[in-house]
Amino acid sequence: MYDLIIIGGGPAGLTAGLYSARARLNVLMLEKLAPGGQVMNTDWVENYPGFPDGISGFELVDRMKNQAEKFGLKIQSDEVAGLELSGDQKIVTTHKEKFETKSLIIATGATWKKLGIEGEESLAGKGISYCATCDGPFYKDQEVAVIGGGDTAVEEALFLTRFVTKVHHIHRRDSLRAIKLLQERAFAEEKISFIWDTIPLKILGKNGVEGVELKNVKTGEISRKAVQGVFIFVGNIPNTELVNGLLELNDNGFIVTDNNMETSIPGVFAAGDNRAKLFRQISTAVGEGAAASYTAERYLEGLDQ
Amino acid sequence: MADLVQVTDDNFDAEIVKSDLPVMVDFWAEWCGPCRMVAPVVEELANEYEGKIKVAKMDVDKNRQTPAKFGIRNIPTLILFKGGEVAHTIIGAQPKSSIEAELKKLL
Repeated sequence: MYDLIIIGGGPAGLTAGLYSARARLNVLMLEKLAPGGQVMNTDWVENYPGFPDGISGFELVDRMKNQAEKFGLKIQSDEVAGLELSGDQKIVTTHKEKFETKSLIIATGATWKKLGIEGEESLAGKGISYCATCDGPFYKDQEVAVIGGGDTAVEEALFLTRFVTKVHHIHRRDSLRAIKLLQERAFAEEKISFIWDTIPLKILGKNGVEGVELKNVKTGEISRKAVQGVFIFVGNIPNTELVNGLLELNDNGFIVTDNNMETSIPGVFAAGDNRAKLFRQISTAVGEGAAASYTAERYLEGLDQ
Repeated sequence: MADLVQVTDDNFDAEIVKSDLPVMVDFWAEWCGPCRMVAPVVEELANEYEGKIKVAKMDVDKNRQTPAKFGIRNIPTLILFKGGEVAHTIIGAQPKSSIEAELKKLL
């Protein structure tokens, strides 16, 4: 019987792992792939404190993992298939085995959202991407579209300028939501041109992406733009299928917790991007991971009394 | 642990197309985070299916012809071959159960 099982090995989970291992809890982390989470898609992290020159997403995760393991965190590569949360003993079933634990931290993160428009499925793998750092090099000397107006969309557009001749940056509003510093960089970049107040209607092409059909939301005008790739960064959906129906979720499927990361079930905590909140950053995930570990520890102390 | 065969443009035909066993090729690159995340899953499957399915990796940064031939524009991409023909393509870092479900169809 474990004291604590942490599901998910991104920054929130790894920090919860670090804190709970140092608290000498009998703790296990289950991660379906290698640890890292969405940070692994980030080329260069500039806003994580302590690294004034920035740090690569890979290295940051590696350091977090090494630090947690140094204090005894066990990380097992295994995919959770089911949870039973009702009793004092929680049961975690994976494809390989069954674990019993007194408490759980759900740190399963989030995944990029699809646009849900024509062509997105049929042209999957043929010019559509949700990860510029993975796929950017395939678009050397080509023209691409970037969809979205947040930090990720702008960062990825800037990253793509290393390879492409032109980024057509399409955004449904007339200004970006991304932080000002990223906006300044994007506006100063000759290879990026913005198409404002515009949404994509269809991704065009037969055997590969050939263009996008666009609609100006103010004028209603329909147009087409020839591109060889479409990079989509329109937000995230939470990885909460596992707890759907078990824990209270908000309308968008994110886990509802109190300020101490407690979910609707005693002994079950949530941290990171899968949690209902306004702001999703590595720094916030890390803070929540620490808090969830602390609250879990208090909960376990309560069980012993 | 089975060593994963690293295939190149030069030996792709001999190692993959002419392989007697069904093959899964993991197209990856050093720069790709999700490739690193799926790598342990691919290795695990290589061990579990040793002698039944050959599992190989191709670095798309060092080999340009084969990825272009298969029209690869996302990594990681896993291509499953049977009798030298593409049987299935898996785009992105998928969990083990999804990959294994496809592997089983090759047997």
